[in-house]
Amino acid sequence: MKILTCPLNGPRPVSEFFYWGEVRPMPNPNLASDDEWADYVFNRNGAPGVKKEWWCHTPSNTWFIAERDTEKDVVLKTYFYQGEE
Amino acid sequence: MPWRLLRFALNKKHPEPRMFTFHEKLKSSYDVVIIGAGGHGLAAAYYLAKEHGITNVCVLEKGYIGGGNTGRNTTIIRSNYLTPEGVQFYDESVKLWQDLSTDFDLNLFYANRGHFTLAHTDSALRTMRWRAEVNKHYGVNSEVVGPEVVKEAAPMIDLSCAGHAPILGALYHAPGSVARHDAVAWGYGRGADQRGVEIHQQTEVLGIDVQAGKVKGVNTSRGYIATNKVLCAVAGSTPRILKMVDVKTPIYIHPLQAMVSEPIKPWLDPILVSGSLHVYISQSARGELVMGASLDPYELHGTRSTLDFVEGLSTHMLEMFPFLSGVKVMRQWAGMADMTPDFAPVMGKTPVEGFYLDSGWGTWGFKATPVCGKTMAHTLVNDTPHPLITGFSMDRFRNYALTGEKGAASVGH
Repeated sequence: MKILTCPLNGPRPVSEFFYWGEVRPMPNPNLASDDEWADYVFNRNGAPGVKKEWWCHTPSNTWFIAERDTEKDVVLKTYFYQGEE
Repeated sequence: MPWRLLRFALNKKHPEPRMFTFHEKLKSSYDVVIIGAGGHGLAAAYYLAKEHGITNVCVLEKGYIGGGNTGRNTTIIRSNYLTPEGVQFYDESVKLWQDLSTDFDLNLFYANRGHFTLAHTDSALRTMRWRAEVNKHYGVNSEVVGPEVVKEAAPMIDLSCAGHAPILGALYHAPGSVARHDAVAWGYGRGADQRGVEIHQQTEVLGIDVQAGKVKGVNTSRGYIATNKVLCAVAGSTPRILKMVDVKTPIYIHPLQAMVSEPIKPWLDPILVSGSLHVYISQSARGELVMGASLDPYELHGTRSTLDFVEGLSTHMLEMFPFLSGVKVMRQWAGMADMTPDFAPVMGKTPVEGFYLDSGWGTWGFKATPVCGKTMAHTLVNDTPHPLITGFSMDRFRNYALTGEKGAASVGH
């Protein structure tokens, strides 16, 4: 991957982007047990696959979601966050 | 061509023994199965056989011996870490390294060079001081030195770094060394092989048979093996194996790239590292400059190389050593680093009985090869973690008791 398509600015070099990890739903901090919270804070799905990830186009500070195959390094699509599904 | 050499080449029966025994078939069961024939896995097999007399051991390797991060690192060995756990652990490793060539009867080209970590800012110098004091407290030879000492050790350096990042001082670690990394895997592999351990290359693990929370066997591309103990030492493939046993960890994979220049006359004796400029560099015995930078910025389960990396690293290299502008880059490569949030490994027992983990070795695994093998062998035999690795257990995350090892290479801090 050398070029990533920002939903606002179109295709841009990947060096303009910042990666912020997989999209993960946050458990309710008031209801989660200590173990659930630690699981949310630390544990990651480290295995390869197609993942939904947070990316940011840094010059325009545009945050969006990319669906990327982390084994082949191919982006399937990018779009703005639509709220929790 | 000399006549004798030609005759040797055409002779069907070469008198030279093979380094590793070839095993036609897997046995139906083993006492211990080790996944990954890299330095760590083979070292564990070696110490299991040598120190604990356990030789009914099988080492499974998807590719070839030492083809993963063992053969992809920049071969630096040091113990100037920041936490007491780290310093003690790596110091034990450095001591083991020094006897390894004799142990194996194989020349590892272990070369003691001295290791400078350059400080370009006041805060970096403060961290160096801290590291030096922690090191000295544990009897590890580290000291803070001024820029003139750096200049003396590496006369070609531009101390102002092109005016961007003047060198204010450095942490000097005299035991810092380099070694030939493939030979480490071969040495451990041969030592284990001679004692009866079976190494099976081109054998991929497809699944792990866990029943009622206990390991019962391993499914491989060449059939099923029954076993009660499995050690996973697969660096960048750790999350794939963990998925098979349904164990969650914070480990995530980012590639780490490196490159070498064409061979040039020896001019650089010590190993130099600059955290601010993201450069580490040493000159190999062949004269090639071995160079690395920092982790790639996003998760990837592959070993592709990028031009961005070469450009970025070369720019910083030239800031330190302007005279290298005419030197060519010969090759570049990448390895998959299994990173943890506190830059310390994840070692020891897991919630699955009989499944042991030697992972989270990110960018700092090569130097720890001997001590990892030794402590993991101890852990497998006694079913309790070796005292040196208790600080690296996977429980530390659930208990919010991270180790915070910031002396690791290739990470910003």
